[in-house]
Amino acid sequence: MSDRPGEGAVPAIRRETRFRTELRRATRVMVDARWPMFAVIFLLAASIAAVFGPVLSPLDPNRQNLVLRLAGPMAPGPDGVVFWLGSDALGRDVLSRLLYGGRVSLMVGIAAITVGGSIGIVAGLLSGYFGGWVDDLIMRLADIQLAFPFILLAIMFLVVMGSGVWNLVLVLGVGQWVTYARIVRADTLSLREKEFVEAARAMGDSTASIIFRTILPNILAPLTVIASFNVASVILSEAALSFLGLGVPPSVPTWGSMLAESRDTLVANKWWLAVFPGVAIMLTVLSFNILGDWLRDFLDPRLRERP
Amino acid sequence: MGSYVVRRLLQSVVVVIGVTLVTFLALQAGGDPTYLFVSERASQEEIEATRQALGFDRPLHEQYLSFVGDLVRGDFGQSLSYRQPAMEIILEALPATIELTLFSMVIALLLAIPLGILAAINRGTAWDGSIMTFSMLGQSIPNFWMGIMMILFFGLYLRVFPISGHVPFLAPMMEGDIGTALSNLPRTILHLILPGIAVGTYSLARNTRLIRSSLLEVLEQDYVRTARSKGLPERRVLIHHALRNAWLPVVTIIGLEFGFLLGGVVVVETVFSYPGIGRLLFAAINQRDIPLVQAGVVLLAGIFIVLNLVVDLVYVRLDPRVKLAEGRG
Repeated sequence: MSDRPGEGAVPAIRRETRFRTELRRATRVMVDARWPMFAVIFLLAASIAAVFGPVLSPLDPNRQNLVLRLAGPMAPGPDGVVFWLGSDALGRDVLSRLLYGGRVSLMVGIAAITVGGSIGIVAGLLSGYFGGWVDDLIMRLADIQLAFPFILLAIMFLVVMGSGVWNLVLVLGVGQWVTYARIVRADTLSLREKEFVEAARAMGDSTASIIFRTILPNILAPLTVIASFNVASVILSEAALSFLGLGVPPSVPTWGSMLAESRDTLVANKWWLAVFPGVAIMLTVLSFNILGDWLRDFLDPRLRERP
Repeated sequence: MGSYVVRRLLQSVVVVIGVTLVTFLALQAGGDPTYLFVSERASQEEIEATRQALGFDRPLHEQYLSFVGDLVRGDFGQSLSYRQPAMEIILEALPATIELTLFSMVIALLLAIPLGILAAINRGTAWDGSIMTFSMLGQSIPNFWMGIMMILFFGLYLRVFPISGHVPFLAPMMEGDIGTALSNLPRTILHLILPGIAVGTYSLARNTRLIRSSLLEVLEQDYVRTARSKGLPERRVLIHHALRNAWLPVVTIIGLEFGFLLGGVVVVETVFSYPGIGRLLFAAINQRDIPLVQAGVVLLAGIFIVLNLVVDLVYVRLDPRVKLAEGRG
């Protein structure tokens, strides 16, 4: 802010304050609505647990202890540690594995949305802005993908390419792009004709600048809703694929693979092996769903006017 | 109407080509597929002979064309683990999978309609609240975990439902043995209840929300207000005016729903040791029996594509607005 305060500084400040007011309003509405607040608190806790998993987990998640196999919750473990959530068929600590498993679920979920969202947003912008054959090509591709049950596509891909975190992220991400592309396309179509886009064009901005700096910032808000729901469904898919043995390598514990292992001891009624990983998945997915639901209501201008 | 049907048919053809291309590449992408078909101790000559016998020495596009040619004749090659034609094995498991998919579809649609209506006409009440809470939960529980929990509770604790297996109904039906089919039916359903609920719950929850919001939107339309102001009883407004339009969005998703349920079936079959295509695929994946995986995926995708085509064409007949839109586009 030196000699030309009118040039960029004032709008920036105004945008900054507007963002803060919005944020404050969002926080207030969220605390009032209660459930979304619990969802956010849970997700923050889960993220902290995922980031600091190695510090927080009482034991090495892969440390086997054949003497202390299938110990129930609260049973004493090795080195004076307690198996808070019991131990599995190889004597590994369920709580530690749960904490490590959360890393995979959250990371894969968010990475897949980043991949799918990026592809979808770019495809949708191009499709909506240029129209014509670009639009036709992209939208037909989208139709083709929707005409193929996603889980079959994922199974095929992972069988061929082999499992692993990045293949999982790729296939789950590619599975999501259509949703973003369609919404972005529709929004771009309507924004393309607006005055401020016209103005950018008249000022000689490049096409890339119009698409990414003028149009894109104006369509991001509704995408947060989709992203929130999508993280939920991607985490469910990841769990299902891990359950089928198509997820990450066996040395990495995931909630899905823990559930797959729990089936062997189900009849022997070792319920803790089946209950806790499932509860973890359910709470995480539920939180993202609640958050998405709330975001949609919050961002929807029709609902906004109501008290 | 005519041009829409043509366009929609062409689109299905493109999709079918896409599916065959993906499944074809599946065999190739893992490296030279010959090694899948020979034993680990095979000599170089044996490997070479197998490669030539199976045609893997030919250029890719030729291989693809003969792959498609074989598919058209229903030949998916030999399953590596069963040493039998892959399609035969898949077709044997198909009736059980169809039974489970249809059963979960019944749960997902038939229960969703009354629940959605109930929530919409009681908007904001405890009814609405609890139905919405239920559907939020239903969309957050992994289907296979739900299966495991039901096995623990209903199967092992209460011991009221069988936790695995399947009693065939469609298979004897198709063989013309109606007596056996009918006498099997009660046990067929008993075996379908737990896996059916596990597969259907997610869709049930989603459809309930869909029907509720669709009905709420329709109830705000002018023609509903007109019907009310004419003094028609609320029940008549609901059934004759609102529901007619409210269920249209539901029809569009029936086809997609089938594909979605199929995905759930593939996973849940494994949980319940249910002898369908899903469990077969699961085993085939673990044994890297690629021809069997190909046959299963192509068959399920084919069913899905045909079903979606039918649903779309039926939809055009149901909703006159689609025809109008077509004139402009």
